[in-house]
Amino acid sequence: MKELKQKLSKAFGKKNVSESFNELTLNIKSEDVLEVCQKLKDEFQFEILMDLCGIDYLTYGESDWNGNASSSGFGRARQAQKSTNQKDQRFGVVYHLLSVSNNQRLRVKALLSSENLMIQSVTKIWNCADWFEREAFDLFGILFENHNDLRRILTDYGFVGHPLRKDFPLIGEVEMRYDEELGRVVYEPVSIEPNVNVPRVIRK
Amino acid sequence: MSEMKNYTLNFGPQHPAAHGVLRLILELDGEVVERADPHIGLLHRGTEKLAESKPYNQSIGYMDRLDYVSMMCNEHAYVMGIEKMLGIKVPERAEYIRVMFDEITRIMNHLMWVGTHGLDVGAMSVFLYAFREREALIDCYEAVSGSRMHATYYRPGGVYRDLPDKMPQYLDSKLRSKEKLEKINENRQGSLLDFIEDFAKNFPKSIQQYSDLLTDNRIWKQRLVNIAIVSPERAMQLGFTGAMLRGSGVEWDIRKNEPYSVYDQLDFEVPVGVTGDCYDRYLVRMEEMRQSTRIINQCVAWLKANPGPVMSDDHKVTPPNREDMKGDMESLIHHFKLFTEGYCLPEGETYTAVEAPKGEFGVYLVSDGANKPYRVKIRAPGFAHLAAMDEMAKGHMLSDVVTIIGSQDIVFGEVDR
Repeated sequence: MKELKQKLSKAFGKKNVSESFNELTLNIKSEDVLEVCQKLKDEFQFEILMDLCGIDYLTYGESDWNGNASSSGFGRARQAQKSTNQKDQRFGVVYHLLSVSNNQRLRVKALLSSENLMIQSVTKIWNCADWFEREAFDLFGILFENHNDLRRILTDYGFVGHPLRKDFPLIGEVEMRYDEELGRVVYEPVSIEPNVNVPRVIRK
Repeated sequence: MSEMKNYTLNFGPQHPAAHGVLRLILELDGEVVERADPHIGLLHRGTEKLAESKPYNQSIGYMDRLDYVSMMCNEHAYVMGIEKMLGIKVPERAEYIRVMFDEITRIMNHLMWVGTHGLDVGAMSVFLYAFREREALIDCYEAVSGSRMHATYYRPGGVYRDLPDKMPQYLDSKLRSKEKLEKINENRQGSLLDFIEDFAKNFPKSIQQYSDLLTDNRIWKQRLVNIAIVSPERAMQLGFTGAMLRGSGVEWDIRKNEPYSVYDQLDFEVPVGVTGDCYDRYLVRMEEMRQSTRIINQCVAWLKANPGPVMSDDHKVTPPNREDMKGDMESLIHHFKLFTEGYCLPEGETYTAVEAPKGEFGVYLVSDGANKPYRVKIRAPGFAHLAAMDEMAKGHMLSDVVTIIGSQDIVFGEVDR
């Protein structure tokens, strides 16, 4: 592990490699993703891409108890708050790599700016990235350049929005029912109210 | 003769061999598959989104419902991630209980798999035998957690409670004679550990029985041998894990290579395939059941000899004893805080993986220091396996698609999440 950390620091710069909970993270720029991943596969023998996922940092570090606690009491905590955060690097793509031959793991993280949600696809390097990238596109709206088949994968046919984004409500936006008169299913805006049972708190 | 054109076949989502709600769009040339396009997400419940909105402990139950035939292994990955970030230590007895139940779960999963795989391919009787044994294991789940499937038994800091001293017995019923009742209660006279020991003693005979039915069976071999061969390079390229990777000849098992819990103190072997076809994957999984039985035996022996606590006494994370709570102010505060607000994880991120019966089940936890996870990503083994469907099915017959689905051991709870 130490050895890998040194090698990585040498190849990609010391400040980009960090260690926490016995795991290594390599932070990269989103433009370099192809180059770095190719190198990791060829020179560092990371043969398997275990996981690829998106992440949305919109409400990172925010809790429900912010603001004036006395003025509105408990009711305020029951409603999820609108975030006022403006982050220029809101989204990220996280790769988890495994090297079977060296028995090592590595996390690679690339942050994306919210104006340009584009990153190069790594399907050519690891073929299994195909579905993982489709999933990240579906749930976060991250676009993968040069991906052959970037369709939605988990959500319903004709779904609108990207459900794992932090500004997408937990209860969803539409609900579906069968309309007897029309003889087909119809979509309507949700009728249920959002409800937070346990407020989000941050204690240090 | 008129020229035959390719046609498209819609397989599922309501097909008994689709193992749930798989919808496959198959492009066929005659009976040969040219392209397979799995449509998934029909069982998408948004587990990851839901977990973000709840305190950590309340999501353990969701983990059961991911891969709903290997429940406790999923819990294990999740609670291990939390424990890693909190830096709490789990009592050794709890670790042994977890490992024992991980292996019970593995056998349960493989029994389900061998049964349904047999059923798909045309061997009816294995299914009936496999479910007979599976019932006993589900009873173990019930004895320990009160629930037959969705146990929520593992908790950060240990397991919810110690193993019961008495194995629940069948009750008197109009439908059973007295002799029959005595006979089925025969191995339930002692504790749960006695029951598991008895099971582990008899189980190798049952595996032999399935083997007798299948391994040299002519029809079984015709349907499985040389179907969907995956080379070791391709298996890694496609992100295979677990029996799928080992079936292709790559020796990789997290229990051996990155031992977690107490796997490093146990003696077992990892079976590896040679050709990487469906038959090899079948042999690997059958051998895994035998090895799991070995592990269970070792755990039972250890657990019988070493009583002790099963839950960490760090009451910031684990609930205090009920009696303490009534009389002790501090315990009351701990109890109240834990059940109203939960506990906060330090800021950071971690990826924790366990060797689930289907492959590597990983949980990527991101915390911003709150009492709820900021992001939970579940890495399900079946997701990567199913993604390889197109490549594995290409050039095979339509009927082989069913074999391949069976061999991949797909469960939609984890694929769709």
